[in-house]
Amino acid sequence: MGIEGVGARVARKEDKRFITGGGRYVDDMVVPGMKHAVFVRSPHAHAQIKKIDVKKAQAMPGVVGVLTGKELKADGIGNLICGWMIHSKDGTPMKMGAWSPLAVDKVRYVGDAVVIVVADTKGQARDAAEAVEITYKELNAVVDATKAIQSGAPQIHAEAENNLIFDWELGDGKATDAAIKSAAHVTRMKIVNNRLVPNAMEPRAALGHYDKAEDHYTCWTTSQNPHLARLVMSAFYNVAPENKLRVIAPDVGGGFGSKIYIYPEEIVCLWASKKTGVPVKWVADRTESFLSDAHGRDHVSTVEMAFDKDNRITALKVDTIANLGAYMSLFSSCVPTYLYATLLSGQYNIPAIHANVRTVYTNTAPVDAYRGAGRPEATYVLERMMETAARELGVSPAELRRRNFITSFPHQTPVIMAYDAGDYNASLDAAMKAADYAGFTKRRADAAKQGKLRGIGMSCYIEACGLAPSSAVGSLGAGVGLWESAEVRVNAAGTIEVLTGSHSHGQGHETTFAQLVTQRFGVPIDSVSIVHGDTDKVQMGMGTYGSRSGAVGMSAVVKALDKVEAKAKKIAAHLLEADEGDIVIENGEVKVAGTDKSLPWFQVALASYTAHNLPAGMEPGLKETAFYDPSNFTFPAGCYICEVEIDPETGLTEIIQFVAADDFGNIINPMIVEGQVHGGIAQGVGQALLEGAHYDASGQLLTASYMDYTMPRAADLPSFKVSTSNTPCPGNPLGVKGCGEAGAIGSPPAVINAITDALGVVDIAMPASPATVWSAIHAKKH
Amino acid sequence: MSDVSLTVNGRRVSGSAEDRTLLVHFLREHLGLTGTHVGCDTSQCGACVVHVDGRAVKSCTMLAAQASGSTIVTIEGLSDGAELHPVQAAFKEHHGLQCGFCTPGMIMMATDMIARYPEGLDEATVRAELDGNICRCTGYHNIVKAILAASETMAKGAKGKAKQAA
Repeated sequence: MGIEGVGARVARKEDKRFITGGGRYVDDMVVPGMKHAVFVRSPHAHAQIKKIDVKKAQAMPGVVGVLTGKELKADGIGNLICGWMIHSKDGTPMKMGAWSPLAVDKVRYVGDAVVIVVADTKGQARDAAEAVEITYKELNAVVDATKAIQSGAPQIHAEAENNLIFDWELGDGKATDAAIKSAAHVTRMKIVNNRLVPNAMEPRAALGHYDKAEDHYTCWTTSQNPHLARLVMSAFYNVAPENKLRVIAPDVGGGFGSKIYIYPEEIVCLWASKKTGVPVKWVADRTESFLSDAHGRDHVSTVEMAFDKDNRITALKVDTIANLGAYMSLFSSCVPTYLYATLLSGQYNIPAIHANVRTVYTNTAPVDAYRGAGRPEATYVLERMMETAARELGVSPAELRRRNFITSFPHQTPVIMAYDAGDYNASLDAAMKAADYAGFTKRRADAAKQGKLRGIGMSCYIEACGLAPSSAVGSLGAGVGLWESAEVRVNAAGTIEVLTGSHSHGQGHETTFAQLVTQRFGVPIDSVSIVHGDTDKVQMGMGTYGSRSGAVGMSAVVKALDKVEAKAKKIAAHLLEADEGDIVIENGEVKVAGTDKSLPWFQVALASYTAHNLPAGMEPGLKETAFYDPSNFTFPAGCYICEVEIDPETGLTEIIQFVAADDFGNIINPMIVEGQVHGGIAQGVGQALLEGAHYDASGQLLTASYMDYTMPRAADLPSFKVSTSNTPCPGNPLGVKGCGEAGAIGSPPAVINAITDALGVVDIAMPASPATVWSAIHAKKH
Repeated sequence: MSDVSLTVNGRRVSGSAEDRTLLVHFLREHLGLTGTHVGCDTSQCGACVVHVDGRAVKSCTMLAAQASGSTIVTIEGLSDGAELHPVQAAFKEHHGLQCGFCTPGMIMMATDMIARYPEGLDEATVRAELDGNICRCTGYHNIVKAILAASETMAKGAKGKAKQAA
């Protein structure tokens, strides 16, 4: 590797603008004539809208427009959709209730958008929003999914009887039941995965601009996938045809899944811009984000895991109820199904698996993918079960895992996935060594002398990344293909632009994608620019989520580079009067191998554009496009170990050390990969110790600000010990697997396994706050 | 309306703003200094930290009118000219940022912190001092590393200058 090529710790090219205040986020955009929008949102979790009176608001100073759902519907704007069809086990399609961008007859959660107010200043819009008079008839609300499916619960959508969206299964139920019946031991648990709010630091925002003269729309939006936003807004929401709609996702301040979806606000801002004749900008405040961003997790599962007399797993049976909130968000249906149940084999040989998943409407914010999306839920189920089983069976947690590890590849699980490569013993060994696992007994005894409770816990996770083979996901219900596109454009003087459909909102694509080009042609990384986030610049794309930018996005870049390289070699061979097969490109030069004949890279580029002397029949130019459709998912895996110390007087848990040993396949930039792991662990530790979205029984969100929802802060976390091992992914040209979500997937069970180990209890609820831990200690005493 | 006069990044500026305008909105919307960010409504996240008369202040906790007469430094004015400030350079070198949204506030907080601990910083102190700044991307690991490194670099620089003066 060169100092700027693949595998090097290259400092990020994009950093300069961020550290000098030059980042350009949606809220930083100013368009001439721009006005400001505020949404009037439902204060009730469930109510009929009886009357909306906007007269007073319209007369307020600075007000440009006050618009309702009726007007939106009259203009033909469509309802929001869920883009992944799931069928219940009885063959019926999922029950998708109507989600109007502005509520018309009924509101279904606190925060449901009802009216948009546009005014000269945000303050004026806010004042006018206060003057909008909406008469509601309150209805009973239900926020708990297990209660929402009981008969007599409030009916949220007419389409979904008993609020059941689908009742789906995967795996062989009969074989699983038989194996449980004849097992030597069965471990049983009820496992709850708490509800979270993603909380990207940049609140969501949208700026809609309708250009009347051109009959053309531009939408600046905080999106992880601007092309998908354009497609969905055009094809389903009827905002504008694709050729008249430009979507720009400029610098985006974190996403973690919450900015995948196309929300009501961007649709309404675009429509309102046409309606009012002015560009309309909306920026969420933080409480609005808490109320209306898609939340994550919220599963309740009943689990049975069966073992034979040699402690080998014979079966796993999982019954899950997943809360999807008040409406089906864009990918909500695939998260508790194909991103969850397909991962229930974990790192283990499990001959029989059966998962049943019921998804449920409640009067809460929509729930969709949040960092990890389904895979953290699967990992939490499995790794809590393994820990409990080890304790029940009287074997060490490491030994029980080793006994059941999959060790030969490829491996077909009973739940669809075909693992291609991995070495689970290697990551377990690395983590145990880094954590000085052997020395724990002494550390625990030393802590006990100080009156403290020490515990250690591990988690061996697997995830499926690189979403995904288009034909496979199509057959499973996806409404889109999950390829990626890239264009490599060599300019006449030799500098290079890479246009990618992946979107960077913190992941560092402007550096890692450029490293691929530097590696290939030996040109300085400063001569390579990565262009993304604008549908007018980049031809097509599917965006960034599911740790897909490396495995899918970069693979598309590699394919385009292959084509550029082949053409450059043809041109060079012609100019140097050599055989094409003898041309090599390195260190910015195009050479004839074994001779002193060479051309600087830029001369080949220039020759392609002057076109004075090209091989017969060759088109001018040096610019190639490629689409890459993955052949399989990729399977990052690893082992995390957490050691905690608990103060029994206060219930406060301190993380003494956190070790991550990951196998991400080949790595483009280790510095960036480590950063992804750090951030993921912080979110996973946050879920386990601090974070939880709580609605009261009437549907009010009690945790709707940073004073109520506990975000992990610097003093809550230690520095992490991270390392990687490498079994290259055989399925893509770079051998990469993806690293964006692992930290959030692997860490919650490691933390909870450590806490339950310290306390000597079977289970403890997430977040294991000091109050929860203290109560567990005292419940045990009495 | 309130008249607001400030010295921002060495430049005298004045303007008129609604009475309720917060300093952060005056900086962003009236002066176009969009490097200072708004990440919450409750003065919890620290994305809006600037220096007011030499001290780190969350610019969402202050009305623009209250700040009138003050000297303000924002992220745009932290470095003088082409060279990065040592804290900026350390954030880049140690990968102390990902999405960049909390970064201006983190850097302004860090420079203030380093100035208040001329004897140097340790990890526990840095973590405790970052109490008012939230980052969702980095897990703080590399932010802490960057601040410790910048603190050392700046201490060495100060010693060098002291030697030169002697």
